[in-house]
Amino acid sequence: MAIDSTPAPLRTSTPANIHDHGRLNRRTPWTILGLSLAAGFGVAAFLGSVGATDGLSLTLALALGTVLYVVMITLISRQIEGTRQATDRFVTAMVTIAFTVAIIPLISLLFTVVTRGAARFDIQFFSESMRNVVGEGGGAAHAIVGTLLMTGTAAIISIPIGLMTAIYLVEYGRGPLARAITFFVDVMTGIPSIVAGLFAFALFALVFGPGVRMGFAGSIALSVLMIPVVVRSCEEMLRIVPNELREAAYALGVPKWLTVLKVVLPTSIAGITTGIMIAIARVIGETAPLLIVAGFTASMNYDMFNDRMQSLPVFVFTSYANQGVDSQAFLDRAWAGALTLILIVMVLNLTARLIARLFAPTLGR
Amino acid sequence: MSKRIEVRDLNVYYGKFKAVEDVSLTIEPRSVTAFIGPSGCGKSTFIRTLNRMHEVIPGAYVEGEVLVDGDNLYGAGIDPVLVRRQVGMVFQRPNPFPTMSIADNVLAGVKLNNRRISKSDADDLVEKSLQGANLWNEVKDRLDRPGSSLSGGQQQRLCIARAIAVEPEVILMDEPCSALDPISTLAIEDLIEELKRDYTIVIVTHNMQQASRVSDKTAFFTIAGTGMPGTLIEYDDTSVIFSNPSVKATEDYVSGKFG
Repeated sequence: MAIDSTPAPLRTSTPANIHDHGRLNRRTPWTILGLSLAAGFGVAAFLGSVGATDGLSLTLALALGTVLYVVMITLISRQIEGTRQATDRFVTAMVTIAFTVAIIPLISLLFTVVTRGAARFDIQFFSESMRNVVGEGGGAAHAIVGTLLMTGTAAIISIPIGLMTAIYLVEYGRGPLARAITFFVDVMTGIPSIVAGLFAFALFALVFGPGVRMGFAGSIALSVLMIPVVVRSCEEMLRIVPNELREAAYALGVPKWLTVLKVVLPTSIAGITTGIMIAIARVIGETAPLLIVAGFTASMNYDMFNDRMQSLPVFVFTSYANQGVDSQAFLDRAWAGALTLILIVMVLNLTARLIARLFAPTLGR
Repeated sequence: MSKRIEVRDLNVYYGKFKAVEDVSLTIEPRSVTAFIGPSGCGKSTFIRTLNRMHEVIPGAYVEGEVLVDGDNLYGAGIDPVLVRRQVGMVFQRPNPFPTMSIADNVLAGVKLNNRRISKSDADDLVEKSLQGANLWNEVKDRLDRPGSSLSGGQQQRLCIARAIAVEPEVILMDEPCSALDPISTLAIEDLIEELKRDYTIVIVTHNMQQASRVSDKTAFFTIAGTGMPGTLIEYDDTSVIFSNPSVKATEDYVSGKFG
């Protein structure tokens, strides 16, 4: 790397104005990045050829190149642009690295799921159950139906309870009761999902006897996980409704409950909907509680109150854990199930954004 | 339609803190009464006791009597919601409901209370109230646009239209012009002059020219020091307060020598 020749041509102009000082040319950082990476690859190739590493190590090359870039850009920038700009370049580089490190696993995960899931992402997968399937073929229709039924029921239970709790906390709750509820909601947010599953299992075992499995029990377990999330997000949304609007309604002689119903809720409906959608997306991928209380099955089951019910996360788990003779067919189905689940969550999130945009009130002043 | 307000020995509290002490005054019907005084002297707190808005703040309460045509607002068994239907209020910052159109904002007092109103009655009420607030000509072609699409001065007049649509006896205005430019302020002041014919109006203002322009009587409040309750120093005809007040503190305040 020949950097001793760089400083002079890097100046964009000679200072004519007293406020003017050296600036790096816009392309210079990219040039430095390219050279640093090239040097990193060079070193890695050398280490590979002498046998210090096992062939050309891509990770080593990228890491060396990145470190070299951070050092070089900071030093060069300090020489030409001064300390403040150098610090800016250094922190920009560090933030970019942090972002890249965070995004790489995400992209890798999406890429893997899409490529492997595509193999069985066909009509049969969405139209058939696993009943009497031991090898190839079959599908996850029973799991998709189960997931939608159980999550839907969980939502029907959780949304009214959560929303009304949030309304109580924001609009009415004062003193020890409200503080206790807030505390327990916080505690519930941290409950491990397996504990929610065991709770539902114990509850239903008390009523129906041990060994009971049903979809509704799964919904109860999911509700235990979902209610605190709904309470929290609705509470936040209700709190940001300006107090002036409540006072405006009171001053018109509107009772408090009508003010909440017709002023506070419509004003915050966009945020509340988004929060609820995110809460649904949060529980739709739960595996552990459903594995316990809803069990797993190869057959279609539309009855929430009778027999085992399959769900997508459990389908993925069982396909992987209990591979049959033709193990590739089971793996393909597992990946396709994971892809379906990711798509469902994505659709939910997109719907939430769409609803938020449609309902958002114009608060412009 | 307008009523006399008599306040007797009123003490106003925020929890343990006494914010206003021992106020007694009589507000005549069909007149404009202005409350002036330095910030924090309890004018806004006091005006909010006249329609029981004070107590929506947790821990806030009132001792004493407020009589509207002889009926005590703080008597046992009085529903604050019904009081507020008789004594309307306009706030410092315009606060139209963001989810409602201009017409719905005017009808808010009716619609939010789940009362049924026929389409033609609703249209008449919207027109009458907006005419009353001098806003009709500016918005008649866009009644279904959101209330927040209006300018600040128009929004404030929309809030006044909303307040008069429920046909109160008294209208309280808490610094209604402090967020507005001089032109919009003038529009509101003209409106106050007109509303005076039908309503009893109480206005809090920091603008002494405004008090002298619009009000018939003026009350001067002040506090002895930080943490002390606000007190009513002098209450008299506006002309007397601004030309020949009987208390030295009032004279200092209105002539700008205060503090």
